[in-house]
Amino acid sequence: MAYTIEGASGPWEVVVGLEVHAQVISQSKLFSGAATAYGASPNSQVSFVDAAFPGMLPVPNREAIAQAVRTGLGLNAKINLVSRFDRKNYFYADLPQGYQISQFEHPIVGTGVVEIELADGSTKEVGITRLHLEQDAGKSVHDQHPTKSFIDLNRSGVALMEIVSEPDIRSPEEAGAYVKKLRSILRYLGTCDGNMEEGSLRADVNVSVRKAGEAYRTRCEVKNVNSVRFVMQAVEVEALRQIAVWEGGGEVQQETRLFDPNRGETRSMRSKEDAHDYRYFPDPDLLPVVLEQGWVDGLRAALPELPDAKQARFISEYGLSRYDAGVLVAEQATALFFEGVARGRDAKIAANWVTGDFFAAMNRTGRTIEDPPVSAAALGQLLDLMADSTINGKIAKEVFEAMVETGKGPAAIVDERGLRQVTDTGAIDAAVDAVIAANPEKVAEYRSGKDKLFGFFVGNVMKAMAGKGNPALVNAALKAKLG
Amino acid sequence: MLTDLTLAEARDGLRARKFSAVELTDAYLAAIEAVNPKLNAYVLVTGDGARAQALAADAALARGDAGPLAGIPLAIKDLFCTEGVRTTAGSRILEPFIPPYESTVTANLLRDGAIFLGKANMDEFAMGSSNMTSAFGPVTSPWTRRGDNRALVPGGSSGGSAAAVSARIALGATATDTGGSIRQPASFCGITGIKPTYGRCSRWGVVAFASSLDQAGPVARNVEDAAILLGSMSGFDPKDSTSADLPVPDFAAACRRGVKGLRIGVPREYRSEGMPAEIEALWQQGLGWLREAGAEIVDVSLPHTKYGLATYYIVAPAEASSNLARYDGVRFGARTSGEDLASLYENTRAEGFGAEVKRRVMIGTYVLSAGYYDAYYLKAQKVRALILKDFTDVFRNVDALVTPTAPSAAFAQGEKMDDPITMYLNDIFTVPANMSGIPGLSVPAGLDAQGLPLGLQVLGRPFDEETVFAVGAALERAAGFTALPGIRAGA
Repeated sequence: MAYTIEGASGPWEVVVGLEVHAQVISQSKLFSGAATAYGASPNSQVSFVDAAFPGMLPVPNREAIAQAVRTGLGLNAKINLVSRFDRKNYFYADLPQGYQISQFEHPIVGTGVVEIELADGSTKEVGITRLHLEQDAGKSVHDQHPTKSFIDLNRSGVALMEIVSEPDIRSPEEAGAYVKKLRSILRYLGTCDGNMEEGSLRADVNVSVRKAGEAYRTRCEVKNVNSVRFVMQAVEVEALRQIAVWEGGGEVQQETRLFDPNRGETRSMRSKEDAHDYRYFPDPDLLPVVLEQGWVDGLRAALPELPDAKQARFISEYGLSRYDAGVLVAEQATALFFEGVARGRDAKIAANWVTGDFFAAMNRTGRTIEDPPVSAAALGQLLDLMADSTINGKIAKEVFEAMVETGKGPAAIVDERGLRQVTDTGAIDAAVDAVIAANPEKVAEYRSGKDKLFGFFVGNVMKAMAGKGNPALVNAALKAKLG
Repeated sequence: MLTDLTLAEARDGLRARKFSAVELTDAYLAAIEAVNPKLNAYVLVTGDGARAQALAADAALARGDAGPLAGIPLAIKDLFCTEGVRTTAGSRILEPFIPPYESTVTANLLRDGAIFLGKANMDEFAMGSSNMTSAFGPVTSPWTRRGDNRALVPGGSSGGSAAAVSARIALGATATDTGGSIRQPASFCGITGIKPTYGRCSRWGVVAFASSLDQAGPVARNVEDAAILLGSMSGFDPKDSTSADLPVPDFAAACRRGVKGLRIGVPREYRSEGMPAEIEALWQQGLGWLREAGAEIVDVSLPHTKYGLATYYIVAPAEASSNLARYDGVRFGARTSGEDLASLYENTRAEGFGAEVKRRVMIGTYVLSAGYYDAYYLKAQKVRALILKDFTDVFRNVDALVTPTAPSAAFAQGEKMDDPITMYLNDIFTVPANMSGIPGLSVPAGLDAQGLPLGLQVLGRPFDEETVFAVGAALERAAGFTALPGIRAGA
């Protein structure tokens, strides 16, 4: 069922397109040699070029261009071998040049496609319109002085990729899935760290609503939304606002709006009439960016395996479900961890442990996949102890918790705590006999056909053996003795 | 006297230890003190720095490891950022600006041992053809009409550079040319100036006017001196993406090549209506000299010439409107405070910029605006491509072109001030070289009836300054131009 919002006049379809700004991972800025580290003291990472001193000239950073091309390749997009930098002219205190160098008419990357997966297991393609490179602006700081504003130019000139989607997104869920998928691809590629809290990934959300079968209605742009959850909320509250406008007999005006996560609403920032005339024109300080096909091919050959390909491989190579594979490949480090556990072992059991007990332990302890509560090697050893019948599944969970708690290896814990599985048939038979002797009525009921009671006997035998009985041997002994 | 020597003569004299760099520099500083008050060619004289540089040059000469320009005193157009030395671009808005860096071109000259006497006056942000738009007062030409003492303009925008070289208060000077700002003042002041091919000299550290047109070059006493200076100023600079990664030829050697066998084109479209007869006559005279020297003279056509000036006055202001946005009072230069950010901008720029700069910023903003971009800027870029094609086509058949540099001799201060268009027309012969990026040189060829210098322009293929120098030197030899301005060192 397609997502709609039920209004007074019936269902409304939501139409969303996203412009995602992703900070390029690079040692230096797009057109200067200044550094780009986050959180440095104000104005400590500023060259004369970034501060737009007289006579200073931009020189393109070859690595930033390579990163944009890698990203384009990761988005299955067309790489434009000739692109151009333009100037976007406007005045602001944190824009030293009085213009932003961007790519307007001829972006470095053209159309591409991103596949997203939804909760119901369905997939959908979202078109990429373009990706272009541009400079970030500095930051105005208004809360340091009652009457003055301060300017921090550390971000001024930092390379950004603006990734523009087609208006193919039709629900808050799809919008969230798109941002998550895009972030995953960027992280795999190593072209953007995807950190939305630090602002290295932020989204402008274009939203409109319409009745089924209609052409697009007027859209509004919600600026600078900085988390996946906020993107989803912004789509919903902006759609609801527009529906209320249309149903109230009004007309949605094209404008730029701000999302206020505290109040759960969007607010008008500037209307179309106040929109800047950016007076774009080709930057005469810069030559067109001309790429060699061979160089692009070299970048393509060096790309890592991306989430979609990895997911397909996990399905075919490890026999995982599409869902489990999707969960495991979302982060490259998780996929790597999983493969460390699964290699040479039963992959489905490995997947269950990673997505089950391991993820739970990670959440509970607040650790991360980069700094996991249990290493992939240790988890693998635990699985080995189950595979060779040293311990059974139930004990394994106990051992795992002890591993999280103590940091010790599984074999040591099993030895220390005497958790080794009992395979001695004498001991098992004795326990079975004791349980049968203690429960004559149940035995009678079982023998008269109440098969379900078998589990009762297994449970009691295991309990009597402190959980350490080999389940297969316990079953066999019970079957034999109960008749 | 020492200030009468050409650059080549001074260089040789220094090497032969006939005089020291300190003596030569002191001679120039004394001349500046005597003459500059009459001309206002310098906005800043850096005597202490010059003497220190001269001492260093003498030491290098004594050691025998002196650079090719060791001890040569130069004026630096105030558009070149000079480390620790105020750089104004002729504008109030940069009056307090002391750059913490040295432009590549001036750094190249310092590397070669040159001495900087001071910063030369200029039209504000290089916008002008008369040097009347400088925030620090006009430059007076060292020349006057016969029997007429009215102050004349030296041309612009490199008017201070040209006047200083002409009046012998600098041995040579740096200049820049966006639409004729080297060649037209050279013509007005009876000296030589070359705008090299776009990309030959780095633009890094030169205050930008119109980035796709701006190019640095020298003005000098004669063609050989200009060639020597250009050799030092040129070269690839990775800090300027538009700088050409090409070796720098021996320009001075090219001056001695001669023109025998060269094909010299005469563009018929440059015979503009209303061109004074004596300029037309001088042009023919120049062509005659080249023919006598063994060149073949060929009529050629540059059909899009007539659109050059109109196109220039769209492209240059458009780029300028954007380039000058950084002068906002926030980070450097002059600031006039206001109630809020918008009024800070408005007050700073209203007080900081002069009328001509404001006019061009407004024209440039207009032609880039939504709804006008296609009709003006985009169209201009297309015409620009056609102008370049004109030159590419004719340079298949000829080695160089020869034209007048300007449609008139120097005019009086205050003349042509009523209508900006009349002033803009001064650039009609020089602008096409900027639009197409080709090199252009102006060499003095004679005097008009009132005793004012007139220059001829030599245009050449991109990065073929050598042929341009060869033709310029041939014209110079034939013209035997020896006239001197009334105001000069020692006069």
